[in-house]
Amino acid sequence: MIFNEKMECAGKEELKKIQSERLVKLVDYVYTNSSVYKSKMDKLGVKPSDIKSIEDISKLPFTPKDDLRDAYPFGLFSKDIKDVAEIHVSSGTTGNPTVVGYTKDDLELWSEGVARSIACAGGNKGDMIQVAYGYGLFTGGLGLHYGALKLGLTIMPMSSGQTKRQIKLMQDFKPRILACTPSYAMYIAEEMKEMGLDPRKSSWEIGIFGAEPWSEGMRKSIEDSLGLIATDIYGLSEISGPGVSQECTYKEGLHIWSDVFYPEIIDPKTDKPVKDGEPGELVITTLTKQAIPLLRYRTRDIVTITHEKCKCGRTAPRTSKITGRTDDMIVVRGINVFPTQVEYALLQVEDILPNYLIVVDRKEQMDCLEVWVEVDEKVFSDEMKAMADLKQKITKSIENTLGIGANIKLVERKTIERSEGKAKRVIDKRSL
Amino acid sequence: MKINQISIFIENTKGRLADVCSILGDNGINIRALTIAESPEFGILRVVLDKPEEAKEILKKNGFIATTAEIVAVEVPDEPGGLAKALKALAGNNINVEYMYGFVEKATDKALMVFKFENIDKAISVLKSNGINIVDKKTALGL
Repeated sequence: MIFNEKMECAGKEELKKIQSERLVKLVDYVYTNSSVYKSKMDKLGVKPSDIKSIEDISKLPFTPKDDLRDAYPFGLFSKDIKDVAEIHVSSGTTGNPTVVGYTKDDLELWSEGVARSIACAGGNKGDMIQVAYGYGLFTGGLGLHYGALKLGLTIMPMSSGQTKRQIKLMQDFKPRILACTPSYAMYIAEEMKEMGLDPRKSSWEIGIFGAEPWSEGMRKSIEDSLGLIATDIYGLSEISGPGVSQECTYKEGLHIWSDVFYPEIIDPKTDKPVKDGEPGELVITTLTKQAIPLLRYRTRDIVTITHEKCKCGRTAPRTSKITGRTDDMIVVRGINVFPTQVEYALLQVEDILPNYLIVVDRKEQMDCLEVWVEVDEKVFSDEMKAMADLKQKITKSIENTLGIGANIKLVERKTIERSEGKAKRVIDKRSL
Repeated sequence: MKINQISIFIENTKGRLADVCSILGDNGINIRALTIAESPEFGILRVVLDKPEEAKEILKKNGFIATTAEIVAVEVPDEPGGLAKALKALAGNNINVEYMYGFVEKATDKALMVFKFENIDKAISVLKSNGINIVDKKTALGL
């Protein structure tokens, strides 16, 4: 089902016209209502009247994440806080957290983005959805909730955690859709096995997984263990939350709702646009938001984009899954390392994806890379030789993928912290 | 004849072995035999317990990786050459011993040894035909 056929299947020229009209209006709006954007544009010598169509977008200033942190809490809002209906906060690992606000219209926009996404994943009015993203200041839970409400689904507002209860209610209510982080989906499968249940017999037919980057290998692993179609949902609270883009059932890229969230792909070093199909940083402009509209927000997510029409009928451009993060990238002995590469390497061994953690340290002026891998029943053997072989295989696979060696440490299950169902993948102990 | 041994993956961190033993003790499970295979960062603890299945579930609930392996408990004369006789019989019949270790208690003048074989059924018949006594489950588990 296509939720908003007019926008999701619009012709190129028609879409461009809508985007252009919206951008012109937006620039005028932020220039008038946000002192931060006024001074940013003045500094570049750009006036609202210079923006006549979507093609002029490259004249506008970027918005890095630091702009939101520096403006903590409401400095970047274009609306008075009294006119804001809801606030969300994403935890900052360093410095201030990021605060975003929504007017009632913004909540409507967010709901629409998620409603389109759930429908895109194969959901229909009348389906039951188990929302196992965290509810609260994190946008995952409420985002899926609002979208499901708009689409007309029956909602189980579970939030994350209480896994045994999640499983019990799934068995009793038989929801068709599961929405959570991919790592939590794997955790649920693990837990079901421990409870002596067959995860393949779960009622879920569709998974809407996001809030953290995940690979094709992890998709296969989740689909095999839970017996569902695992689709990727993308979003970030700065733009609105989940539902900025979503895979359709063909799983050939995430449809980005470009009539409202305009994407550009740029080279993060030169800031110049890259061609379709070439990897670059995803930059998004919120064309219709009111409370905290952003011009050219630097997501720091590395993707490719295509504007080809999809088999599903949608013309909404498609980005690849996130292949890396400009800030997750760690440089070890001069080599770029992405957690997704480690994930790929682990999947080459035994075809399963264990939970892992990358630890980088500097010892005697040398970078050293350690990968902690959680052992589970499938790979555990009571023979030391078999365990040594496993370790050797992982070591080789990682070296082949990354081009540098890593010390593999086999650790007990649940050694690696899971927060909000979101696994932390890198610890960098180097003081540079 | 065959006895279920529980194998547990443990990290080489302070107190981890104590954790396992306390969990077993708190649940009234007795350790009949035990050995640890070690590497610099982790170990494989193998134990023969009086209530193996119950122990496995409890350990899993406590977050441990625990699996079951079939072993044989063999009575070996506690005298010079006692163990050698059993091993020779096995070697002579191409039976590979994966690992072995001794029981904690000693009830008689014979030592109780735990054996893990590649081919357990063949091993049992070789031991029997060589007059080596295999301890039954009840005796081995102290039930």
